[in-house]
Amino acid sequence: MPAHAHDCGLCRVELEGLTVTLEGQALLQDVNLHIHCGELTALIGANGAGKTTLLRALLGELPYKGAVRHVREDGGDARAVRTGYVPQHMHFDRTAPVTVADFFAAATCNAPVWWGLSKKRRAQVADALKATHSQTLAAKRLGALSGGELQRVLLALALTPSPNLLILDEPVNGVDLNGLEIFYQTVSELRRTRHLAILLVSHDFALVRRYADRVVLLRQSVLAEGDPEAVFASPAFAREFGGGEVRA
Amino acid sequence: MNGLYAWMDALLPFAWLQYAFMKNALLALLLLTPLFGLLGTMAVDQHMAFFSDAMGHAALTGIALGVLLGVRDPMVSMIALGVLAALLITGIKQRGRTGSDTVISVFSSTAIALGLAVLSQGGGFAKYANYLVGDVLAVAPVDLLGLLLCLALTVAAWGVLYNPLLLASISPSLAKSRGIRAALAEYAFVALVAVVVMVSIRWVGVMLINALLVLPAAAARNLARSAAGYLRLSVGLALCAGVSGLALAYYLNTAASAAVALVAAGLFFITLPLRPR
Repeated sequence: MPAHAHDCGLCRVELEGLTVTLEGQALLQDVNLHIHCGELTALIGANGAGKTTLLRALLGELPYKGAVRHVREDGGDARAVRTGYVPQHMHFDRTAPVTVADFFAAATCNAPVWWGLSKKRRAQVADALKATHSQTLAAKRLGALSGGELQRVLLALALTPSPNLLILDEPVNGVDLNGLEIFYQTVSELRRTRHLAILLVSHDFALVRRYADRVVLLRQSVLAEGDPEAVFASPAFAREFGGGEVRA
Repeated sequence: MNGLYAWMDALLPFAWLQYAFMKNALLALLLLTPLFGLLGTMAVDQHMAFFSDAMGHAALTGIALGVLLGVRDPMVSMIALGVLAALLITGIKQRGRTGSDTVISVFSSTAIALGLAVLSQGGGFAKYANYLVGDVLAVAPVDLLGLLLCLALTVAAWGVLYNPLLLASISPSLAKSRGIRAALAEYAFVALVAVVVMVSIRWVGVMLINALLVLPAAAARNLARSAAGYLRLSVGLALCAGVSGLALAYYLNTAASAAVALVAAGLFFITLPLRPR
């Protein structure tokens, strides 16, 4: 477990009886889950287990029954959950004349980007990019970034403004090994330096074992949850993944 | 207006600008080309070249509708029909069941067939042929006022719509996660394009409206590295094509919209090798 410099105790995002039904079929059934601040919670499950459905419900893209609440340590209701999201991948035109700073400003402020970015705005963008060590990328074209660089920019954007719940959707796709390492180190750093809960969807159990504080195994509902070793040793995990050994 | 003409005479003492109708045409192009340069950037980004073509076709149906209803100025029926078609195409596209090129083609073909069927009734299509090629030399001072208003409204709308459209064109799910109403922005954008196309179709022509929207922005995209640079280049190249195209049309004694489109096409091919890799 990481040392929590700004530990917020039991402050958490609570999912209560979350159910998603599509055309009469239950994709998620009565999911109850606490995602704690200052922790990295990894969401694992076989293909079609409902991981993406859960993310889409949390992002408000899918209607759901049940409740998603941001709860203070004393159990009282905090503000509505503000989510930050790093998408799995983006299919955009890589020749588009859009710089990282353009993209960032378009997402974070109302002043139209085509008017040009003011000095103040550029400074704000550079400052926000610093959170993921990507301030040197501001003037680069978005389409010219490597997979790892793009993920870091997206992570910085997801942190602006600071969310209560950071959702990372398989952020390892299309990222080289070095980029992957930097990305995971940055995410690990965030649980200590920021006041937020992190939910990460991953297929890479070795990385989950190394970085996650808690693991949630999903198939329609929560099959097992707890620290990584406990979940990987659980009968439910063996059933879902055929008892395969997890690489360290 | 006379003051403006005298000012133009002093500033631009060219043979091709000695006539009042040429001065009007130049002023019209100075308003029209930035309008299309502006909207063209997003139309090219969103792969909407085919869409603007369909809007041109819808204009013909709009005129036909005006004829059927017996109104003197078909502008209202053109704008109503254009906006309706634009919203319908976008609505079907956003549901995502049919390929967008197919959707647009269905609307486009229906619009042109319907327009031609009504307007050619009794063999009288010749009087509408102007709408096909457009005639910027027929612009009157009162039309210039309309174009100025259109440009001002478009710039204002662009201030609100641009950021959401840009973000949605890069990642719709990211835009959504940030609470941006991308679908609404897209509806507003296509409606805006429809209005601009309808207002300018008489001067630009059904057949060349697409060229004016797409070519300057496509050329600018070859050179630009940032969003602001893209827009400035697109507007600049559109203005350049507009002014030099008009002069060219005077000396070659040819249709102005065709000459403008040709200059814009030339700019595209010249800038093509400079594309960023």
